[in-house]
Amino acid sequence: MQIYLPIAEVSVNAFLLLGLGGMVGVLSGMFGVGGGFLMTPLLFFIGIPPAVAVATEANQIVASSFSGVLAHFRRRTVDFKMGFILQIGGLIGAALGVVVFNYLKALGQVDLLVTLCYVVFLGVVGVLMFIESLNAIRKARKAGGSPPPKRRQRGWVHALPFKMRFRTSGLYISVIPPIIVGICVGILAAIMGVGGGFIMVPAMIYILGMPTKVVVGTSLFQIILVTAFTTMLHATTNYTVDIVLAVLLLVGGVIGAQIGTRIGVKMKAEQLRILLALMVIVVCLKLATDLLFTPSELYSLGAAGGH
Amino acid sequence: MMKRILTAVFLMLPLPAMAEEVVLGLSKNQVAITTSFDGSDILVFGAVKRETPINTEEPLEVIISIEGPSEPIVVRRKENRFGIWVNTDSLEVDRAPSFYAIATTAPFHEVLSDVEDLRHHVSIDRAIRSVGAPQNISDAEAFTDAVIRIREGKGLYQLLEGQVALDQQTLFRTRIDMPADLTEGNYITRILLTRNGVVVSKYEAVVDVRKVGLERFLFNMSREQPFWYGIMSLIIAIAAGWGASAAFSMLRNN
Repeated sequence: MQIYLPIAEVSVNAFLLLGLGGMVGVLSGMFGVGGGFLMTPLLFFIGIPPAVAVATEANQIVASSFSGVLAHFRRRTVDFKMGFILQIGGLIGAALGVVVFNYLKALGQVDLLVTLCYVVFLGVVGVLMFIESLNAIRKARKAGGSPPPKRRQRGWVHALPFKMRFRTSGLYISVIPPIIVGICVGILAAIMGVGGGFIMVPAMIYILGMPTKVVVGTSLFQIILVTAFTTMLHATTNYTVDIVLAVLLLVGGVIGAQIGTRIGVKMKAEQLRILLALMVIVVCLKLATDLLFTPSELYSLGAAGGH
Repeated sequence: MMKRILTAVFLMLPLPAMAEEVVLGLSKNQVAITTSFDGSDILVFGAVKRETPINTEEPLEVIISIEGPSEPIVVRRKENRFGIWVNTDSLEVDRAPSFYAIATTAPFHEVLSDVEDLRHHVSIDRAIRSVGAPQNISDAEAFTDAVIRIREGKGLYQLLEGQVALDQQTLFRTRIDMPADLTEGNYITRILLTRNGVVVSKYEAVVDVRKVGLERFLFNMSREQPFWYGIMSLIIAIAAGWGASAAFSMLRNN
């Protein structure tokens, strides 16, 4: 069934969009990532104009993250206090990110730098997570299923002032590292046009030392606020939020997120992480091949004035 | 117009330039873009009205074109730098129609001479205009060629040689397919009658391509009330998220 999108001004297959939304929704619920890093390139591929794809994707992430976070909220696996503190950093970072983005745009190479950002960050995060979770699985097998050591980080993170107790996460740490993590993720999110979950999740686990089960819910909670802010920004300045496209994606997305959350509960944390790592690596390789191999069409068309 | 009459007088042609006139019919003069819009086709038909006997020495040819609204576009070219493909050169094309189809009764170069093409901007090459290529680009033509190639691939530019049926040098008709991703605006339908490669008569009509119904409402709202449009998007997103979550927990409890 073909459907015409009023803002994107293209006709697309409605079932294709529902399917894509569902698939990304499952991942969103399972891993606590918004799925933007997967969905945005997929939307480009089916012919949605990039500006519309990025803006509409933000709106769809609000829906699937909200759907996912409710399930986590019922199980009390959302650390609201940590979420808000990360958010403070996130908003500062997003504002800085927009400045950086506009500077790159003035240089005329924003597309390349965005793709390079994706390749580098997805590559590093994916490989690190993959190695770490592989080791964790191996260790768990050798020790006959004994739990991994609980406190990995005892260094600089715990030596900083302004300590605060995060009951849900079972942490007593300074607020400085979460704010710095929030800022860094905010900058990247604004430049790469995603919620930033795929960076936030590893940062929470490896830098802040939060338990994996809490990480997913807290990350979703934080993503809702960031993407809601982004949606409003795009809707009021660029007029690029396509509500018909968003509805199609989010109907598939919210159902997918529910299924994903339930799959996530049944799986072990290490397995969850290794899957996320593999997926991140696959997307990274796909983007890298676009940069490395000779494209079939050397020329591309764009609207004058924009990028 | 003045120039043409003067030329005609100067050449002492037996007939005045407008001795043959077009009477046109369009299967539709409005294309409504609805939610289920999936492209459209337009039947262009008409007759040649004349008060003098048919000129049988030089055959009459018909050129029918439909041209969508023009927008300036930027064409970028990738080059291999340090092992990766990056956009390097770019060229701004000042005028390129978003849609352009030409149908003719015979091969294009037989129905219209280069001089007339230059004057009336008929061929796809002539419909695209780019002025002032930057110093560093020596092959500006490669960029305009790329515009044509990419848009032909999407069915946005079409050259339909020999697709106009002409009966008795009087009745003509053709059908032009328009793809689904049309830009809104006035589409100019132009009929040119030519003899020996020279335009003898010209006629223009407008096809209005417009979003209607829900498409129109949403488009207008996003432009006129962007804040509330954004809020509406968020409410729908949160309601859908909450609805799915509630539905699934009910399913599980039962």
